[in-house]
Amino acid sequence: MGYFSDIIHGFKTLLTGMKVTGKYFFNARKEIITQQYPDNRDTLTFPERFRGRVDMPHNENNEHRCTGCQACEIACPNGSIEIIWDRVLNPETGKKKKAIEKHIYHLSMCTMCNLCIVACPTDAIVMTHEFELAAYDRSDLTFVLNKPGSKLMAGVEE
Amino acid sequence: MHGTERFTAAVHQWLLGMFSPGAAHIAEMVLTGLAYLAFFAVAGLALVYLERRIAAFFQVRLGPNRVGPFGLLQTVADALKLVAKEPIGTKKADHFLYSLAPYFLIISSLMAISVIPMGAGFSAFDIDVGVFFLIAVSSVGVLGILIAGWGSYNKYSLIGALRSGAQMISYELSVGLSLLTMILLVGSLRFSDVVQAQSDYWLIFKGHIPAFIAFVIFIISGTAESNRTPFDLVEAESELGAGFHSEYSGIQFAFFFLSEFINMFIISAVAATVFLGGWMPFHIGDLEGFNHIMDYIPGPVWFFIKTGFIIFLMMWFRWTFPRLRIDQLMKLEWKYLLPLNLLNILLMAFFVWKGWYL
Amino acid sequence: MRTGTLFDPIEQDLHTDEYKINMGPQHPATHGVLRLILTIDGEVIKNVEPDLGYIHRSIEKICERDNYRQIVHLTDRMDYLSSHINNEAVCLLIENALEIEVSDRVKVIRTILDELTRISSHLLWWGVMGMDVGALTTFMYGFREREMINDIFENTCGARLTMNYNVPGGLMWDIYSGFVRDTKAFLKHFKPKLKEYNDLLTDNIIFRKRTEGIGVLSKETAIAYGVTGPTMRGSGVSCDIRKLFPYSAYDRVQFEEILMQGGDTFDRYLVRMKEMEQSIHIIEQLIDNIPEGETLEKTRAVIKLPKGEFYQRVETARGELGVYVISDGKKSPYRMKFRSPGFSNLSVINEIAVGHKIGDFVAIISTLDLVIPDIDR
Repeated sequence: MGYFSDIIHGFKTLLTGMKVTGKYFFNARKEIITQQYPDNRDTLTFPERFRGRVDMPHNENNEHRCTGCQACEIACPNGSIEIIWDRVLNPETGKKKKAIEKHIYHLSMCTMCNLCIVACPTDAIVMTHEFELAAYDRSDLTFVLNKPGSKLMAGVEE
Repeated sequence: MHGTERFTAAVHQWLLGMFSPGAAHIAEMVLTGLAYLAFFAVAGLALVYLERRIAAFFQVRLGPNRVGPFGLLQTVADALKLVAKEPIGTKKADHFLYSLAPYFLIISSLMAISVIPMGAGFSAFDIDVGVFFLIAVSSVGVLGILIAGWGSYNKYSLIGALRSGAQMISYELSVGLSLLTMILLVGSLRFSDVVQAQSDYWLIFKGHIPAFIAFVIFIISGTAESNRTPFDLVEAESELGAGFHSEYSGIQFAFFFLSEFINMFIISAVAATVFLGGWMPFHIGDLEGFNHIMDYIPGPVWFFIKTGFIIFLMMWFRWTFPRLRIDQLMKLEWKYLLPLNLLNILLMAFFVWKGWYL
Repeated sequence: MRTGTLFDPIEQDLHTDEYKINMGPQHPATHGVLRLILTIDGEVIKNVEPDLGYIHRSIEKICERDNYRQIVHLTDRMDYLSSHINNEAVCLLIENALEIEVSDRVKVIRTILDELTRISSHLLWWGVMGMDVGALTTFMYGFREREMINDIFENTCGARLTMNYNVPGGLMWDIYSGFVRDTKAFLKHFKPKLKEYNDLLTDNIIFRKRTEGIGVLSKETAIAYGVTGPTMRGSGVSCDIRKLFPYSAYDRVQFEEILMQGGDTFDRYLVRMKEMEQSIHIIEQLIDNIPEGETLEKTRAVIKLPKGEFYQRVETARGELGVYVISDGKKSPYRMKFRSPGFSNLSVINEIAVGHKIGDFVAIISTLDLVIPDIDR
């Protein structure tokens, strides 16, 4: 008799499993979780701490907050940031200070670990929400973050 | 019922009007052949699309929905892609056997479809051993698989083909015996008699308990016959030993792929005909009014609804259950399904002798 | 041999050879790039030899060049499914070496995130296990729940897989304002789903027949090979680091250590399913009263460990991860070694898989829960 009770028990477990998947089939309209990606690009929302590409925000007078202190370059684990700086003469105080000439960012090596953002003392760089970063040519993956002709915002050094 | 008979009679009259009787006969045969080939192709395409859509709904995602409206042209695109591929063969393959293997499957499936009535008088052959013919012809398909495995000159294909051959041969026994259980109620092997005998109640209601057990056994064995999960270790062991169709590409692979879906359709169609009434609408005994309302829906529509229901059931199995191992599969057949089947036949014979059926 | 006939008769029975099969680096069943050389006789496996190194990225050598803050971000690429726990291992080592005491708030938040990571890892394991055995829908169901956890992580630290949220001394930022609400919503959503998972796979008779009695790992073999984690607990040996050497907030929560006595595949499966329930229990005890406090202790700008050797062990979702540092007072370690749980778990495959069929082999590999980057580092 164990033969028949085995068979019936087996059937019951199979039917329970079918009930679970059946529930998802018949309520498919509200249970589907996939998004149709390229069509819904306009309505995508990101959390504010999302780690996309690194960028340097400029205000409307084309000014940024980077003093060229190289804290981000030291903090970066694999050298994705190169700072090219120069000593310029500050006309008001007459002293020579470090100033940024180029802030080179190698996207091809960046692991988006966020250590550079945390290390920056003046909040000059942020992580944007850009994630569509594929390029056709390797030279498209090297960025110069400070725009040409921009200068340091006044009052940033403290 | 009368609708389809009038349709075939009208076509017959039109052909007689154009040609002499002999030529009209030949023209009818050619037309029937073409109709079946077209049905084969369309059914294959539709089934593949349905499988992908239903699978997607089970897995809480959308299926193909970009090619054509609602993704209906997806299978057409896939078929075009397969046709455009290069048929690579192995150098040492036995070319005659290697090229011959897919045709066994196609021909056996076409012969099997031709006896199933889709409406009144809507089958190509209505021979008096219909059920027996169908089971015999679907055994020829096993030969195709074995030849494909042997002709590929690949030891993994051979292992896969032998496993699949063993599986299909074993489960044919269960298929045949469960159909035999229902034939006891009908008394004739001719398909049109089987459908006519269900004009008051469907056979699954007529022979209550043994018919239900036979239905369950038939569904399980039918799933194993067409190599679907939970019995698809032939295709899924493509982790290790690639299946019997590993050396095929292009249109030959499309034949194997299509024949799996058509096999599934055949099993469902046979189940719908023998257990659920074929093209016979849902009648309840002597309720004239109810039966008359049910007759408004034409026969072929009933047939496709019932077949579709069983196809859905088989797809439900595929996306829910894990796979069985080869020795568990054999044990299931020889130790569980076959004894149950034989006992069931005895039970049904006893009920028919006593007259305890509806 | 001359017998006077044209052909010599074969005077032996049909001779079958063993043949070697490669379950190669690209494979749908091994979870990552793992090459296994199987020696098979007919259908039965006679010998298994793993061949590692396909994803070796010399993390330990890079650690000799990077300073301690930068090492933390490398560890979450080792076992990427428990990245929080990996980061926490290195941070705990540094904090214990420098004798920094982190606040209670940091400890509780780290524990909650650890347990969420554990649930997420076990969900992925469950989905892949179902897929390996043949039930293909379980993959999508497992990932659906993981999405909710990934959304919580994304709101907290900005990334879904490589978190890099623990820093030596605390956390990178404080948790976001909706953390408690989102975690509670997830728990409420997840508990009935766990019951559905048990309905779908655990009680299924086909699944039971595929996994019961397969791949039995005895207690002595497990201890001899140094297996840890749920794989060991399935054989009945108590080895949970959270109970034996508690860290963070584990000494103030109540939870059970799940032990099963059989040691076969089904027991290992059950251990992980029940561990998910225990993780839910731990989170429920902690989520309502996260104490106030600082989230980042003051450390020097350049961290230098004193001379000596340090070791820290944590319990990842796979077993015991050990971090061993030999420091000579500079800002990078002299030698850093990670004792990965996957390496020891994989080494036992030859003992438990011999004598089974190929179809069982996939189920056995699946319950060992291997993540190959963890083994190769």
